[in-house]
Amino acid sequence: MSMPTQADKASKFSDLAQQPDSRGHFGPYGGRFVSETLSFALEELEKVYASLRDDPEFQADFDYDLKHYVGRPSPLYHADRWSRELGGAQIWLKREDLNHTGAHKVNNTIGQALLAKKAGKPRVIAETGAGQHGVATATVAARLGLKCDIYMGAEDVERQKLNVYRMRLLGANVIAVESGSRTLKDAMNEAMRDWVTNVDDTFYIIGTVAGPHPYPEMVRDFNAVVGREARRQSLEQIGRLPDALIACVGGGSNAMGLFYPFLQDEEVAMYGVEAGGKGLETGQHAAPLNAGQPGVLHGNRTYLMSDEGGQIIDTHSISAGLDYPGVGPEHAWLKDVGRVNYVTANDDKVLEAFRELTHVEGIMPALESAHALAYAKVLAPTMRTDEHLIVNLSGRGDKDILTVAKIDGIEF
Amino acid sequence: MNRIDQRFADLKAQSRKALIPYITAGDPAPAYTVGLLHALVESGADILELGIPFSDPMADGPVIQKACERALVHGTRLAHVLDMVDEFRQSDTQTPIVLMGYLNPIERMGFEAFAARCEQVGVDGVLVVDMPPEEADELTACLKPRGVHTIYLVAPTTSETRAATIGRHGAGYLYYVSLKGVTGAATLDVTAVEKQLNSLRRFSDLPLCVGFGIRDGQSAAAVAQVADGVIVGSALVSQIADNAEHIEAIAPALKAVLSDMRQAMDS
Repeated sequence: MSMPTQADKASKFSDLAQQPDSRGHFGPYGGRFVSETLSFALEELEKVYASLRDDPEFQADFDYDLKHYVGRPSPLYHADRWSRELGGAQIWLKREDLNHTGAHKVNNTIGQALLAKKAGKPRVIAETGAGQHGVATATVAARLGLKCDIYMGAEDVERQKLNVYRMRLLGANVIAVESGSRTLKDAMNEAMRDWVTNVDDTFYIIGTVAGPHPYPEMVRDFNAVVGREARRQSLEQIGRLPDALIACVGGGSNAMGLFYPFLQDEEVAMYGVEAGGKGLETGQHAAPLNAGQPGVLHGNRTYLMSDEGGQIIDTHSISAGLDYPGVGPEHAWLKDVGRVNYVTANDDKVLEAFRELTHVEGIMPALESAHALAYAKVLAPTMRTDEHLIVNLSGRGDKDILTVAKIDGIEF
Repeated sequence: MNRIDQRFADLKAQSRKALIPYITAGDPAPAYTVGLLHALVESGADILELGIPFSDPMADGPVIQKACERALVHGTRLAHVLDMVDEFRQSDTQTPIVLMGYLNPIERMGFEAFAARCEQVGVDGVLVVDMPPEEADELTACLKPRGVHTIYLVAPTTSETRAATIGRHGAGYLYYVSLKGVTGAATLDVTAVEKQLNSLRRFSDLPLCVGFGIRDGQSAAAVAQVADGVIVGSALVSQIADNAEHIEAIAPALKAVLSDMRQAMDS
């Protein structure tokens, strides 16, 4: 593979929003690394998306649902008290936790389910780790009357019983995946296998900005509503653009959604926070951008966590939603060109931030989002009080109460 | 001449069709692979496909997935697979070997290092399941000068435009996936396969070999009527799985399945 050249690194900010190329490449990353058996399905999806993405009627349907079903726009909230406690930049929270189903995930599932409907596919499938994307998919499937099968690693089914039941209440069929490490990556493998077998009547709703082209671009586009709103709200409420953005990165859909509309704003610094787990030095983390290397998995070239023989290795994070060995290819590209800084937050600091925001602002964040908050605690004090920081509060923490309680030694 | 091209030329002269067995390297354990390859040749294999185990075999069904898991438990990595080919070549310099697997282990080794080692140990072709021709330039640029073929899959859903692209890029033979779905899936419609192969011949002069859904002498013989070669994977690998606790029974079991196919194809 070709690594980015100096010319790439010097690329103008105005070019950053022009990615990917027509075959889904973000610099040397992305692309469509799939078996020939999947090529037809992806070509078909690419055509459907290309024909609808700029279609006013489709856009109107999407906007309508985001407003009336999801409850958008989500507020940009000034965490005044927490900002004062940290003694630096003014922290603003983009409240994706207030969306229907409690996270940014629904922006994408609404978009893809509308595509499924337009493409005449009566069945949708999805992979899920913690269950958030599965719930968001089951939700829109229920609303649109689509048959819904959710693939979930057997280990995650065990760890996330509440979300499994939630999906079943919504009418979805949850399939426990027993292969491999029995987690998110294996659920994605199995969903791909299902899709290749049932492509005639099935639409595969991928939950993050990874996978083969056109998924990284499409999922980013559906989530970019987050950044567009934040940009507009920032101009209205702060009177100018923010100085920095922070978002957590697993696959990276909430981060891409927030970052993308700001990519050309040179004055806005960006930080993507990966799951440091028990610390990079322990090897028990999920931080491919910080501690992995480029490779190919799930249809795209990106940074991965793999051993010296190229086998994908197990990841660890306190938050199941970040527990993934790869990352969206656009993030890989933005790292190499230096537009976004990718950092990590370890489990202990994440828990600390989770508790602090809950106490100080009365907002209980998802453990995923608490990674972004943990880095805000590091960054904000280094900034002036007249500087402004937007943190993507990508999801609410209700789903994590059992995890935190267990750490506190409480069993229900 | 590449051994694959030589073998197809010989088969054509004899009016015979290629029998191409697949096993996963390191399954059920690395020590047995070379012996099993020789056993396959003894029972009539013309070309050997040797799988590189991968942790995330996205295009494979449960049979090959389990084979990968058995091999990986024993630490089988790409470097070992190449060593196995080296060992096999000490006593068999004629039978073509194709490595089949996923891109990440190859990319991690480095395309240049991988290609050099392929040439050194006598690998004749490489089929990377998740590398379509559009993404293949860099690896092919390393393999081609060393006389190692890049082999591609063609599916029932492959469009004519794509078939033309694949035909232009491919070498050795084309691996026609006869069914929708993953490896090890159900039944096979030979009439439909024949129709699709005839349409493919407009785009490529390469031998057309058919895999997916071939499990016994009967299905092998039926496919051999319409194709240039028959690829059999899951039917063999499931024998390894069934006998993983009785390792001495594996080679005879593989021989039985393959000899039956050979006989049915040649009669």
